Amino acid sequence: MSYSEFVMTSLETAGAEEGDTLEIVSGKRSYKGVLMPHHEFSHPDVIVIKMKSGYNIGVKLSAGSKVSVIEKREAKMKPARPQRSDDNLKTIAVIGTGGTIASYVDYRTGAVHPALSADDMVGAVPEISSICNVKARVLFSIFSENMDPECWVAIAKAVKEELSNGADAVIIPHGTDTMGYTSAALSFMLDGLDKPVVLVGAQRSSDRPSSDSYTNLIAAARFCIETSMPGVFVLMHETLSDTTAVVHKGTRVRKMHTSRRDAFKSINSSPVARINFEGKIEMLCDETPKPAASLVVKDVLERKVALLQFHPSMDVELFKEIMLKHRGIVIAGSGLGHVSTPMVKALGEVVKAGTAVIMTSQCLSGSVNLNVYATGRDLINAGVVPVGDMLPETALVKLMWVLGQTSDMKEAARMMTENLRGEISQRREIDG
Amino acid sequence: MAERVTCGIEIHQQLNTNKLFCSCPCDLIEEEGATILRKLRPSQSELGEIDRAVLAQAARKMSFRYQSPRSRCCLVEADEEPPHDANVNAMQATLIVSEMMGCRAVDEVHFMRKIVIDGSNTGGFQRTALVAIDGDIEINGKKIAIQTVCLEEDAARKVETKGSEITYRLDRLGIPLIEVATGPDMHDPEEVREVAVRIGSILRATKMVKRGLGTIREDLNVSIPGGARVEIKGAQDLKLLPTYVEREIERQSGLLKIRDELVARGVTKVEPDIIDCSDVLKGCRSKVISSALSKGGKVFGVALAGFEGLMKSPDSKLRLGSEMAQYAKTKGVAGIFHTDELPGYGITQEEVDALRDKLGLAPGKAFAICADERTKASSALKMAADRAYSALNGVPEETRDPLPDGGSAYSRPLPGAGRMYPETDVRPITIGVERLEAIRSSLPELPDAKAARFVKAYGIHEQQARQIVKEGYEDLFEDLAERYGMAAIAARTFLNTLPELEKEGVDTSKIGDDEIVEAFASLSKGEFAKEALPAVLKELAKGSNVKKAVSSLGIGSMDQGDAANIIDAIIEERADFVREKGEGAVGPLMGVAMQELRGKVDGKKAADLLRERVQAFLRG
Repeated sequence: MSYSEFVMTSLETAGAEEGDTLEIVSGKRSYKGVLMPHHEFSHPDVIVIKMKSGYNIGVKLSAGSKVSVIEKREAKMKPARPQRSDDNLKTIAVIGTGGTIASYVDYRTGAVHPALSADDMVGAVPEISSICNVKARVLFSIFSENMDPECWVAIAKAVKEELSNGADAVIIPHGTDTMGYTSAALSFMLDGLDKPVVLVGAQRSSDRPSSDSYTNLIAAARFCIETSMPGVFVLMHETLSDTTAVVHKGTRVRKMHTSRRDAFKSINSSPVARINFEGKIEMLCDETPKPAASLVVKDVLERKVALLQFHPSMDVELFKEIMLKHRGIVIAGSGLGHVSTPMVKALGEVVKAGTAVIMTSQCLSGSVNLNVYATGRDLINAGVVPVGDMLPETALVKLMWVLGQTSDMKEAARMMTENLRGEISQRREIDG
Repeated sequence: MAERVTCGIEIHQQLNTNKLFCSCPCDLIEEEGATILRKLRPSQSELGEIDRAVLAQAARKMSFRYQSPRSRCCLVEADEEPPHDANVNAMQATLIVSEMMGCRAVDEVHFMRKIVIDGSNTGGFQRTALVAIDGDIEINGKKIAIQTVCLEEDAARKVETKGSEITYRLDRLGIPLIEVATGPDMHDPEEVREVAVRIGSILRATKMVKRGLGTIREDLNVSIPGGARVEIKGAQDLKLLPTYVEREIERQSGLLKIRDELVARGVTKVEPDIIDCSDVLKGCRSKVISSALSKGGKVFGVALAGFEGLMKSPDSKLRLGSEMAQYAKTKGVAGIFHTDELPGYGITQEEVDALRDKLGLAPGKAFAICADERTKASSALKMAADRAYSALNGVPEETRDPLPDGGSAYSRPLPGAGRMYPETDVRPITIGVERLEAIRSSLPELPDAKAARFVKAYGIHEQQARQIVKEGYEDLFEDLAERYGMAAIAARTFLNTLPELEKEGVDTSKIGDDEIVEAFASLSKGEFAKEALPAVLKELAKGSNVKKAVSSLGIGSMDQGDAANIIDAIIEERADFVREKGEGAVGPLMGVAMQELRGKVDGKKAADLLRERVQAFLRG
């Protein structure tokens, strides 16, 4: 909700702007404070002022209210925070996409300003300057739920550019909601990657003293510099404590909690490393990365791919129509990768019509197996392609990418079942 | 003429609704639960300005352990989930209190984040909102301004400090607090207590407050003319409030005298020179010194010429030394030594002279030393020396902790105002006119009206009624009067018996309200005589319960027959006296009779029985 017309007129007549000190007389009551931005959820007739004590209050204006400006706002210059670069240190490129990894709070207005430039960032996280040089740029700044494949492509191209220009690693601050999708997309698109590309996020906004963003950013920088491990990764807190972060393979990571710091988990695999904030980096897997050729960005993606979760009572006819409009469909089936009998039949028709259908499990953990039950065998006969223990979201992104690399359905099926970026494995260990 | 002292208070009262921003219950628990480890980081302000209190806290570089008992805290307290909408009942209680004090509520309540990084809030901030402003209460015919009423969340409670790690428990975090802040309108220590009691009874009138130790805390602001505003934060004992004020007046007056003396002596501020004096004290027999040195630590010294007799004056009235020591302790050392207390503590006169030499001081000139691990000792001594020189400016503004003896100790610098910004996860709350009118038309009874009603309903004196309300016993009194019809006994118990027991040294605060109700229940059943009530209360204060007290005191009521036998025996023993005095013997014998009957018989009954038996005896 925005201001009502009547409030807008009152403010205009008084010549009142945000940051001005106002006096408001409303009946027998008078208030004095600094005009704050209108709050989204405020009543349209309410203006918010900051009192001398620092508290904000909402004051409802009415016909008889008088608003006058006592003092115009003072323009305060933001201090320059020039940073020097150190020739002995490697350089990490930080490509901002929207997650605010560091910010400054203006207590006068309550505004939280993101630290966007390298100077601002290092000013907010001085620890970085003893680990590496920072080259920061803002690619775009959007909520991650609004990201689409165009964004993934833009990020991939920016990564190539930075690495070509001499960066030793890339860190990508990213909103946590769809960070797993982006990390999967980058994993596939960045073919021949021989440097670390680490996505980091924060579950607690960086304006607050408890924010996980700072420890995550510093840990990401350390991981890049100390291990130089090639690949695309997601780094977030390992537990609720500020003791360790874990580095997840970009194709194996999923946000498993709406709000906890340790929301991100590796599914059907183990994280590749653990960073002790006050100590060493532990490597957690002994996979030797493939020798890299040179980095090529394979950025053609098929947009018309969808992910559908199967559930009882799903309207088979309706969804069949939807599926026929796509070039590829990933199903998150139940259990070992099952759907209802009518849906099996529908999937068979969809495959016949030329749409690739991939089977994953909504259980997330564990592998699909269409050999065990009749339903599974029927799905195989219908032409549905099971993809082992790949995450549904990763399968979605991979299918988009695969269908951008080939239009041959047989080849697409082969590529989907081949382990290209650690997204499928043949073994699931017992430690749970 | 300037007032002797100017005081304001802020009262924080816990509510027993659910927590302010989640659905956890508001009770503390003796259970640790899982531990979460965290560090907090000071937020950067846009303009590079960080609040000085925030900076001071950050400098102590603390790690925090949070105990999270599962039934008393949830992901919200752990800073792992956004806050829920503000508790409606808590807001209602706040509005009721505001209306009772004539304050006006704001049109829209906005919760703010107030930065706190001592670890007591997991997010690094406290959620707090201003709800109402500009009211007043009347005490002894004088208007005391109520400047603000706020609703905020209580902090986690400190469980222990080990080195650089503090452990908190999350059970208390999030309990709603109503904060009432008065204007600086009190100019007398006793007045401060009365105002606190009155505000307490207004808060209790909402029936939504928690009762018991620690559920209500007072912050005192005290300044004397020429002094400075000092905040004594977190006092819990109402009875001690006047003492805190008196002692602070003394402390500030002393500091002003110290300043005047320093100026008269021509002392000026110099940059303190912290010098390593470890070699001078190599063989020192002070445990503190020798222990620090043997562990590889150092003894540092600083010259403080001009401060002689001011760190601890012979009459102990001037005590700059204890202020210096309190500042030093913030760096983690146990304390300092200064020349007003030396030789002593195992440090000899020869060593004192040698130290003076080392520090380049003329004979008799003052200095201070500190022994500990090198960085701690030198930074602590610098704090002490800086504090000494700031005495030239009189009284520093600061926040102090209340001590059980009525004194206080330095805690941290007074916080500035500029560290709040909006809590954007919580929606603003509209306070509509209709809601306020509904509250106004059904306000709980104000103290005066309550006192008048007690007189009418229970037949006690007006003086007693006022005193009961004034001392905060109104709810308990009414409960007892209604349930057992024992208004007079209840009144006497609160106004006379309890204070008398206190004078005897009994800690009556240990008697819970429900135990008092139990005692009266037992009394009303005739399980003991009312004269024995003080003895029963005394036992309850020691930790006993009513049943045990009655039996251990041997005061269970006696049947008529036994009582008559005891009285007959008394009469027999004094047969001559009784024959001589006739019925007039009853009076003198009452004392003995009551003693023998040991409170098992009601006084009036005993008197009647004694009279009857005396009459029977006289008849032959």
